[in-house]
Amino acid sequence: MTELCDLTGDELSTKLRAGEITAVALAESALARREAVDDRVGAFLTPTPEVALERAAELDTYLATGAPQTGVAGIPLALKDVLTTKGIRTTCGSKILETYVPPYDATAWTRLSGAGSVLIGKTNCDEFAMGSSNENSAYGPVHNPWDLDTVPGGSSGGSAAAVAAGMAVWALGTDTGGSVRQPASLTGVVGLKPTYGRISRYGLIAFASSLDTVGTFTRSVRDAATLLGVMAGKDRRDATSLDADVPDFTRGLDDGAAGLRVGVLAEAFGEGVEPDVATSVRAGVDRLASLGAEVGEATLPHAEYALSAYYLIAPSEASSNLARYDGVRYGLRVDGDDSIEMMFRTRGAGFGPEVKRRIMLGTYALSAGYYEAYYGQAQKVRTLILQDYAAAFERFDVLVSPTSPSTAFPIGAKADDPMAMYLNDIFTIPANLGGVPAISVPCGLDGAGLPIGLQLTAKALDESTMFRAAAALESDLDLELRPPLLAAA
Amino acid sequence: MTEYEAVIGLECHVELSTATKMFCGCRNEFGAPPNTNVCPVCLGHPGSLPVPNREAIRRIITIGLALGSEIAPHSLFHRKNYFYPDMPKNYQISQYDLPICVGGHLDVEVPNGQGSRVGITRVHMEEDTGKTTHGSPSGRIHDADAALVDFNRAGVPLVECVSEPDIRSPEEAGAYLRELRATLESLDVSDVRMEEGSLRCDANVSMRPVGDTELGTKVEIKNMNSMRSLERALAYEISRQTKALETGEPIVQETRHWNEDAGATATMRSKEEAFDYRYFPEPDIPAIEPSAEWIEELRAALPELPRARRERYVAEHGLKDEVVRVLVADRTASGLFEQTASLGADPAAAANWITQDLAGLANKHGAEAAARVTPRHLVDLLALLGDDAISGAGAKQALEDVVETGDDIGAIVERRGLRQVSDSGELGAIVDGVLAEHDDASRKFRDGNESVIGFLVGQVMKASGGSANPKLAQELLRDRLQG
Ligand SMILES: [Zn+2]
Repeated sequence: MTELCDLTGDELSTKLRAGEITAVALAESALARREAVDDRVGAFLTPTPEVALERAAELDTYLATGAPQTGVAGIPLALKDVLTTKGIRTTCGSKILETYVPPYDATAWTRLSGAGSVLIGKTNCDEFAMGSSNENSAYGPVHNPWDLDTVPGGSSGGSAAAVAAGMAVWALGTDTGGSVRQPASLTGVVGLKPTYGRISRYGLIAFASSLDTVGTFTRSVRDAATLLGVMAGKDRRDATSLDADVPDFTRGLDDGAAGLRVGVLAEAFGEGVEPDVATSVRAGVDRLASLGAEVGEATLPHAEYALSAYYLIAPSEASSNLARYDGVRYGLRVDGDDSIEMMFRTRGAGFGPEVKRRIMLGTYALSAGYYEAYYGQAQKVRTLILQDYAAAFERFDVLVSPTSPSTAFPIGAKADDPMAMYLNDIFTIPANLGGVPAISVPCGLDGAGLPIGLQLTAKALDESTMFRAAAALESDLDLELRPPLLAAA
Repeated sequence: MTEYEAVIGLECHVELSTATKMFCGCRNEFGAPPNTNVCPVCLGHPGSLPVPNREAIRRIITIGLALGSEIAPHSLFHRKNYFYPDMPKNYQISQYDLPICVGGHLDVEVPNGQGSRVGITRVHMEEDTGKTTHGSPSGRIHDADAALVDFNRAGVPLVECVSEPDIRSPEEAGAYLRELRATLESLDVSDVRMEEGSLRCDANVSMRPVGDTELGTKVEIKNMNSMRSLERALAYEISRQTKALETGEPIVQETRHWNEDAGATATMRSKEEAFDYRYFPEPDIPAIEPSAEWIEELRAALPELPRARRERYVAEHGLKDEVVRVLVADRTASGLFEQTASLGADPAAAANWITQDLAGLANKHGAEAAARVTPRHLVDLLALLGDDAISGAGAKQALEDVVETGDDIGAIVERRGLRQVSDSGELGAIVDGVLAEHDDASRKFRDGNESVIGFLVGQVMKASGGSANPKLAQELLRDRLQG
């Protein structure tokens, strides 16, 4: 049956304000759900029940005073374990940070915490956010609540599964090439990747700095808009954070799709896309048209090079970002006869195979004599993709494609085939290269009963229009999304 | 036999004396207890991000303007990747193909030589690393059981200034470095203390037959920690390479380490062992794009630079080149000079006292003690000297007393009894007494032995308890003996 932890943040916030429920009861509901299902799902690496209950009790005292509340106060939140939390272990899904306790909070979390958010735990993910299935975690895979034999997607698989299964009302992930949108698609929740720089990256443990974005998992578009509103805005600790106005993203959510110019990315329905996925996403487009949107065909001519460019840029930056894990200052240290040997041994023991593969790729791509051919070329592709987006957004307000070419696949199915795995992100990567906002909203189930996600992309800083389109589709489809895991419970 | 000439370029690193570090809010100070000025950013903690220090950018632009560089309207930070335990991120945030300051020059004057213009290739911004010490009973590396790293210096703003290979001798290199130091000092951007590492210098040296334009094989020299070691190391390297060329030995492109004690350079790493730094644009920091207005504002605010100051001292005060060179090389000295002169003291005398006696006292007692000497002290001292109220020796004693105590000149002269008797009546009586007592000496003088006058002056000094003006005493003696 539906419990408190299955409601949306918006519904719960209303109940909290009205005094119908307490934050403690809500936290207990989410904690009980985790107790009940997480031994099968594996979403959490470090649950924080004491922290959550203590914080919830404080908030109840505060709520009782009738003081004004934010939309996130008292709502249980899970954080992907790549966002730093002061005093709470943060592992990045890696052995190399197994014992690492950060001395500071990530800005995204600081802002949510300041607004009364209740931290319920740190979630599992692919090691250093490198992966599309959550199978690259050093602490074991996450199982998709819709089918425990399948993956939840990645790299933010734990956060996605936690929200899908009601272990958290909402959660933060990070999206470098689709790591929020793809798992959201595979687990039937809303996944938001805002404009690059909208949310500070301070405390987001870097994978690929020029692409990394904090994102959200929610059960509704409105909840995504609420969370973004709290986190967005310039942060003096992140020079790449944008100094742009932060509108009330929840305004205009009910304005409908009438008059919106919707561009369908023709190339995103070709080979490699599962028929059920294509059919469902096309049906979603038809719904938007029926709501009065002007639907046309759009194209990103250089998107076909996006995957290659991404797999040069991201590993290159990663090879440098991950150089700091040397055993000198924090995290794992495996002793050696001298500091260089210590570094070799520490990194050899601490990193998993996918991380090592990408460090080697990136190191090679940046090497003298290869830089122009690889990193330089990839940056040119990036410029072309930016131009593609600029052209597309002259004609359209939002672009539509499937979020992922497939629904959840069995654990182990692609584990030995990195190329097949990398293709999962073929539709999500362009938005990271272009720095534009994108959102995945559930649009149906495939023949096996697994969720399908539809991706909407908007121009930089125009999350509001994107939310409006997403909310219109969401309310029109009115899907009842409840993983079988919970039906059985 | 072929004559060779040296081709030298210098790479100087300058720590800026900003209040905070380059990319975080930690204090930038020398000598704090280890690992006290650190935070997640300068320790390279996961998830931390660098935010450039605007004041450091202002300072490097000022340096570029002083050196006649082009200030780039668009410049980028790059990451220089290599592993080293005292480098927290295992990459250094530096600049690569788009530095903030491009081109420029520095006019230098070689002592007893010609002036020359040394080109500046570029001036760029980067961050300093931490410092490693080896924890062992003897403090030596070979039996160390631990390497200890202090990250206080990690992230301190560092400016790298690269010269063109325009330098031809160790003396010219020294003159360049001194001129650069004086320039930076006048800009008030750095402590420029080589002994504390806030000014460091590496050199590229090659040799070629005189008249050739092609460059020979380049050797990089590191670890020259003073002006003196720079000149010594270059002299050594030039002679080493010249010998190699003369005997037909190949010169290897490599990095060599200057060993101060041995007075020699030795191979540190060869070209094959050189790092591939895998430079790429720093994705955490947007491009640095100073506005034209800001640059012009900074240009207008440039202080008088050493070269202009030297020219002015010669033109305004008629000082000698050598004195001016020493005076302007040290900002404290030239400041003291200017104020002393503006209070009406004789500029040439003031300059001599500052560059010679006071400089000597600074060496003996330390710069901090020497800083006790104010313009007022010098004005008073020079006035007493001008009036013959104290002797030169007395003035030296008085100045040293100021350095030790900071007391007023008047008080010191009284306390030490340095005032000399310059009254001919008073002194005349003493002279008469001495002549009466030393009849034989007077006779010798009259017989033509003039050197005996020294003895007589000595007797006058003795009889006056050292307070007689020796010049006047001699005059009076001569008057009486010849009269
Ligand atoms: Zn710091």
